[in-house]
Amino acid sequence: MSIKTKTVVKTALVAFVLTSVAACSEKPKPVVEAPPPPVAQAPQPQTPPPPVRPVETAPAGIVPGSQQDFVVNVGDRVYFDTDQSSIRTDAQGILSAQAAWLNRYPAVRIRIEGNADERGTREYNFALGARRAEAVSEFLTSKGVDPSRISTISYGKEQPINPGSDEDAWAQNRNAHTALVAGAK
Amino acid sequence: MPTPPSAFPVTKRALLAMAAGMTGLMVAPSVFAQDELHGTVDQGVIQPLPIAIDITSQADAQGNSLGAQISKVISADLERSGYFKPIDPNAFIDHEIDVNVQPSFDHWRTINAQYLSNGLAHVDADGRLTVDFRLWDVFGSNQLLGQSMTATPENWRRVAHKIADMIYEKLTGQEGYFDTRIVFVAESGKRGARVKRLAIMDQDGFGASYLTDGSLKVMTPRFSADSQLVAYMALSADSARIYIFNLETGRQESVGEVKGMAFAPRFSPDGSKLAFSVSQTGATNIYVMDLSSRRVTRLTSGAAINTSPSFSPDGSTIAFTSDRGGSPQIYLMNADGGNVRRITFGGGIYSTPVFSPKGDLIAFTKQSGGRFSIGVMKPDGSGEKLLTSSYLEEGPTWAPNGRYIMFFREPPGGSPSLWMVEASGRIERQVPYTGGASDPAWSPRLK
Repeated sequence: MSIKTKTVVKTALVAFVLTSVAACSEKPKPVVEAPPPPVAQAPQPQTPPPPVRPVETAPAGIVPGSQQDFVVNVGDRVYFDTDQSSIRTDAQGILSAQAAWLNRYPAVRIRIEGNADERGTREYNFALGARRAEAVSEFLTSKGVDPSRISTISYGKEQPINPGSDEDAWAQNRNAHTALVAGAK
Repeated sequence: MPTPPSAFPVTKRALLAMAAGMTGLMVAPSVFAQDELHGTVDQGVIQPLPIAIDITSQADAQGNSLGAQISKVISADLERSGYFKPIDPNAFIDHEIDVNVQPSFDHWRTINAQYLSNGLAHVDADGRLTVDFRLWDVFGSNQLLGQSMTATPENWRRVAHKIADMIYEKLTGQEGYFDTRIVFVAESGKRGARVKRLAIMDQDGFGASYLTDGSLKVMTPRFSADSQLVAYMALSADSARIYIFNLETGRQESVGEVKGMAFAPRFSPDGSKLAFSVSQTGATNIYVMDLSSRRVTRLTSGAAINTSPSFSPDGSTIAFTSDRGGSPQIYLMNADGGNVRRITFGGGIYSTPVFSPKGDLIAFTKQSGGRFSIGVMKPDGSGEKLLTSSYLEEGPTWAPNGRYIMFFREPPGGSPSLWMVEASGRIERQVPYTGGASDPAWSPRLK
C-alpha cells in the first residue's frame, strides 16, 4: 500500500484551486439556475386553416385593404407536398389573389414565411422552408408584385401550425405564410 | 473466477493518456498495475463488470455524506457507460473500510464484486476537498489504482467524474469521457410556440444553466475544440443569424450580417474557421469564414440545398448534406470546396453527417420507412450500421472518446429528450435531464 506524497499534492493542489477560482469568476451568469420541470405535451385540438372565400361574399365590417381583409377574403397561407417546393395547383389561385390584392394596395409590405413538417432534420428543413418562401416570392413577382415589397424567411420545422404528429398535421405544417408587415389598413 | 475474454487490453499507453488528462485536478499516482485487465464483450453482448463503489466521509450535521454522494455519481457514470454494473451499497458486507488498509477481499467476493473502488473524502482545515481512493481487483487480490485528488468542495461532482474516468480507463482501456459537458437547446412551452434557449450542463445531465434568455429561438449549438466558444443559430421573426458565445466571458457576438439566412455553424478543428450555410433566393450553400479576418468564402454553388457541414478531425475534408441529386444525401468535399463526391447510396434520406473524433467514422441521421435512425459508416460510405431508430431522432454528436453518440429523440406530439447510444448500438440510455432538450453537442474533455 502506498500513500501519496504530500509535497507533490500541494503544488498541483494550488494550481487547481487557482484555475477553479478563475473559472468561477469568469463564468457567465446563468439566467436561471434550475432546469425546468418536464412539461406534458398533450396534442392540441386543431383549428383548420381559414376557408378562402371569394371577395364578393365578404362579410360586412371588414375594412378593405386590412389584415383581416387579406386573411379572410384572400387567404394568407398555401400548402406544399412532402419535400417539395413547387406551387401546387390549389395554391395558384390563392397566390394569384394575393398578388391582385397586393397590387391593389401598393403600400403593403409582406414577409413570406416558409415552413416544413417535422419529417426532416432541423437544418435541412430550414433550407426547405427557404425554398418554399422563395417559390411563393417568385410567383408573386411574376404576377407584378414589386420584389422590394417582399422579404422571405424560413422557420424550418420550428413553428408548426398544427402540433400533431400525423399526416393531416404534416400537410398543414408544410406551408408558406404571407404576413403583412407594414402598410395594411 | 475465470479471467473474462480479452477485449480491452490495458497498456502503458492508456495509463499515459490517463495521466495526460489530469490537468486541473490534482492526482498523485501511487501504484500502477503490472498486468493487463479486461472488460468483457461476449458474443456481441456486453457483460457489465460488477463493481463496488464505496467512497466514505464523515456525515455532516444533517447526516449527509459527501462520500456517499460522490459514490453515487461515480456509480451512475459507470452504469450509463454500459460496461459496469455497480453493486447496491446495501449489499455490502463491509462499510466505510479504511482506505489505508487492504480490504477483506473475501467479503467482496461473497457479493460478487469483481472490482472495488473505495476511498475517503474529507474537507481539510483550509477548506479543500481531498479524495483518496483505491481501485482493487477483488479476485486477483491486488491494487490497480491509488490516487489522491484535491479540489474546492463545490467541484465535488467534477472530482467524482474524474474518478469515474480513471476507473473506466483502467478497466476498459478506452479514454474516459465523464468529465465533459453538453451544450444543448432547452425547450419549454407548447409545440408551435416553443421557447428554445441555449443551455449547458454536465455530461450526466446535472448542473444545467441557461445561457440565453429565450427571446430568440436558439438552435444547433456547437463547441469549439477548446470548449471555450459555442457557435449557434438564433431565429427571430424576420432573421436567422449565427452567434458565438464565449463561455469564459459570458459575451456573445454575431458573426456578421449576411444577405439571407445563416445557420448550421461548425468550427474547424483548429478553431480558425467557421463553416455554415446561407439560404438566398431558395438556394442553400456552404460558406466558410476565417474568424480572424472575417473573410467569407463560398464552398458550394448552385440551386440545391447544401447544409450541415462537418469538418474531418484533420481539417482536410468537409462532410455535408445535399439534395443536388434529388433527395438529401451525404457528400464529402475538400475543405476548399473541391472534389465533391457522394458517399451514401443505401436508399432513404441521409443528413447531419458528423465525423468521429478519430475521423474513422461518420455518424448520421437516416430517414427510411417512415422512421428516423442514427447510424455510423466509414468516411467512404461503406459499413453502414444503424444504431437506434424511432419516430423522430436526429442530431448525433460524438463523445470525445468516439465510443458514444448523443442525439435527441421526439415522440409523436411530444417533447424532445437527449439520449446516448454506444457506437456498437448495444447500449442505449436516456440522459437524465428532466426538461425538454434537443440539439446536443458534446464538449471535448475538460482541462
